[in-house]
Amino acid sequence: MATVAELEVRTGRRAELALLGIAWVIIVLSRALVDYHADFLELAPLAIYGGGAAALMLACHLIIRRYAPSADPVLLPAVFAINGVGLAMIRRIDFAYAQYRGRETDFGAAQIGWTIAGVILAMAVILVIRDHRKLRRFTYTAGVVGLVLYLLPLVPGLGVEINGARIWIDVFGRSLQPGEFAKIAMVVFFAGYLVTNRDTLALAGPKILGLRFPRPRDMGPLLVVWAAALLLMIYQRDLGASLLFFGIFLGMLYVATQRISWVITGVALFGVGAVAAGIVFPHVRSRYDAWLHALDPEVYSSGTSEQLVRGLFGMASGGLFGTGLGQGRPDLVPYAESDFIIASIGEELGLTGLMALLVLYLIVVQRAFRTSIGVRDGFGKLLAAGLGFSLALQVFIVVGGVTRVIPLTGLTTPWLAYGGSSMLANWIVVGLLLRVSDQARRARTEASA
Amino acid sequence: MNEPARRLSVIVLVLFLALLGATSWIQVINAEDLNQDPRNVRTLYREFGNFRGPIVVDGQSVVYSTPVDDPYNYQRSYTDGELFASATGFYSIVYGRTGLEQTENQLLNGSDDSLFWTRLGNLFAGEQQQGASVETTLSGSLQRVAAEALGDRAGAVVALDPETGKVLAMVTSPTYDPALLAGHDTSVVNENYANLLADPAGPLINRAIAGDTYPPGSTFKLVVSAAALESGFTPDTELYAPQELELPGTTTTIGNYGGVACDPSDHMSLADALRVSCNTAFADLGMSLGWGVIERKAHDFGWDEPLDIPLPVTASRLPESPDAAQTAMSAIGQYDVRATPLQMAMVAAAIGNDGTLMRPYLVDAVRAPDLKVLSTTEPEVLRESMTRSDATDLREMMVDVVSNGTGAGARIGGVEVAGKTGTAETGRDTAPHTWFVSFAPADDPVVALAVIVEEGGDGDRGATGGTVAAPIAKAVMEEALRLDAEGDL
Repeated sequence: MATVAELEVRTGRRAELALLGIAWVIIVLSRALVDYHADFLELAPLAIYGGGAAALMLACHLIIRRYAPSADPVLLPAVFAINGVGLAMIRRIDFAYAQYRGRETDFGAAQIGWTIAGVILAMAVILVIRDHRKLRRFTYTAGVVGLVLYLLPLVPGLGVEINGARIWIDVFGRSLQPGEFAKIAMVVFFAGYLVTNRDTLALAGPKILGLRFPRPRDMGPLLVVWAAALLLMIYQRDLGASLLFFGIFLGMLYVATQRISWVITGVALFGVGAVAAGIVFPHVRSRYDAWLHALDPEVYSSGTSEQLVRGLFGMASGGLFGTGLGQGRPDLVPYAESDFIIASIGEELGLTGLMALLVLYLIVVQRAFRTSIGVRDGFGKLLAAGLGFSLALQVFIVVGGVTRVIPLTGLTTPWLAYGGSSMLANWIVVGLLLRVSDQARRARTEASA
Repeated sequence: MNEPARRLSVIVLVLFLALLGATSWIQVINAEDLNQDPRNVRTLYREFGNFRGPIVVDGQSVVYSTPVDDPYNYQRSYTDGELFASATGFYSIVYGRTGLEQTENQLLNGSDDSLFWTRLGNLFAGEQQQGASVETTLSGSLQRVAAEALGDRAGAVVALDPETGKVLAMVTSPTYDPALLAGHDTSVVNENYANLLADPAGPLINRAIAGDTYPPGSTFKLVVSAAALESGFTPDTELYAPQELELPGTTTTIGNYGGVACDPSDHMSLADALRVSCNTAFADLGMSLGWGVIERKAHDFGWDEPLDIPLPVTASRLPESPDAAQTAMSAIGQYDVRATPLQMAMVAAAIGNDGTLMRPYLVDAVRAPDLKVLSTTEPEVLRESMTRSDATDLREMMVDVVSNGTGAGARIGGVEVAGKTGTAETGRDTAPHTWFVSFAPADDPVVALAVIVEEGGDGDRGATGGTVAAPIAKAVMEEALRLDAEGDL
């Protein structure tokens, strides 16, 4: 019957290899440009870098060919390309710090290490988790783990406060952001919980203004998650993690129940919480001020919006085409290599480069949704959609914060910004998505074989 | 669950569109405002980080940038800085820019729209943004001769090509060296600037175009003569020229230079009155013409109109509805009549160019870093100041001034010179400002100019335009004629 069209379906491994080739060119070329403009271009190190990247990418390709042969062919190359641009940019910022600030940093080399570790983790996910449905068994374990990870920074002696946000913990002298891992655990938990309880949650309640709202007695879980999000916002002093956490839950709840009334209720609750927090807590309020009145002389001179405005100046100086890699002054923005790497990219690669990057993210996210629609089991659908939506929301919160769409928060840009936790966690997400997509597309490729 | 997943992916799309919109707003639509924000140090750094184009006189870069090893990357240098400061201005990391450094800034620093393709080329070649070179209309040797002729005396010389409006020389004295302000040691620059500002002689003032405007004195009689010719007078028309003229409604009288009678008969022709610069004749002529006629003629020569050459030129001024006595004083270039030296050079140029006043300009051409010409200034008519026949009459009257009258000091052997002297009361108890405006050769001038020496140069109460300013004009005209003969002008 319908198998005629499906005869065309291929595993896509060749396409993946070709796309990886393109990603490799971007990775190597961007680094070569950075080195060239820093008068640092030597062929031997570049060859090692290019060779290493090729080896790593090829290894991934072979592992996927063997253990997830039907996995989505676009995901991996797109993420590699984003990661490569990030590596080049961070190296460039190292040079800028050295040249203009006399500051010796080696974020670039450290980030290469994190990248390799992240890629290995992603492959380990594919090798260890042969079937994503097994994860459903760990639904409540994941819930507890996620909660503990979120709470770790609040443990005295372990948590560290950086930049006014308490989202780091100190492990052997390194600061980690456990929230990045908690995000994954929470997606697993929500997926398992919602696939089991979706029928109850989808039950109709009272009708208000033409919309059917859930029964009040089923509101429990939503209220619990809402309270948890508010606690996160207040105690960690970070709007980003809380918004991400709550947003993921709402998105997945919607996918599970198909009830827009849940989303409306949730958004209203979060809005009330956010406004209330702004009224009650001065540190939240100053974040809002910095967002709404960033260029106001009073707000600026008080220092609350200075980083944000400097980022805006950087992006504005980049214009349409950017100053070119190695020709701007990204060092003039605090945390140019991590929180504000988007501003650095906007400055040196211009609006064109930034848009290209955002489109790459969009491609990754859309592939995740594609996977969600393709996979057959409900848990897999929720997992893929949840992971995809978490990536999208995280990018939106970070880039939106830097570009004044929403208040600035302390999240990192996946695969791009400097930081180990974020790199490892987001590569795990890639591994999970590849795994689910293998399942999603295998059904069709096998059917056509 | 497929349908909501699909819808969620649409929501994601909307979120990303918001991001694309916000980045476009910041990086393109609102970028200009952000770049201009005074808190933005980036614009400043980038400005200094770029290779700034040179300013060229006679094919030689008199202002240029050289790479240096400091945070500003380039040092601005000035060859013969004092000589060309009136045109080039300075470029300082502390005090900003003046002169061509300011008006041509976007071309010099490479950010002008006309350099878009050059910038795009640089972008792809991975090269730094480069500025264009600005070629001036100045003649280096004419500028030098004018400056040397003026010497240490306070004043100005402006020389124009009457046919095109090119500014061939623009000298102001005293002057300064822009290099004093172009250094990268801010404390030294601060001190130098403070010294220049404190100097009572005002070396930072460009007297040629933008200083305090001067009373034009008898040189204004050219404008009154032009008004008379237009009103039907001829050079031979008899004027009333008493030894003393009582001003109506007052007890004051106007006398002539030295208190002498212009003519024993108390009457003389218009041409003779100009030749001997008879005050009473012109004061009476002014009253009989009426202020409106003179004012209109002055406007025809450019009074009351600010200019950009592209340096901003202060508008020369006229009195507002003067009574008869004030009109009489104004007609001899006193009372509230004020003129820049450039304005008086424009009067001479218009008369020399058959009555057509060309728009004066200082920038001849702009070249991209690859030497391709980006733009050249085309000569442009500013005004038809006089009819051709009136201009011919007035020119002959001016030739008479030099060959038989007060302008004898500007005579050049073998060449007809047209000129007019001026000796203007400063309104203070000082020696008079001395003027000379002229052009040569009279029938087809290669140069028209105005010279002013403030307070007679050495404070001599007896100084006149004929004795002090005319010899300077003569030196400049001789050099212009020499350059023209060699094909260098």
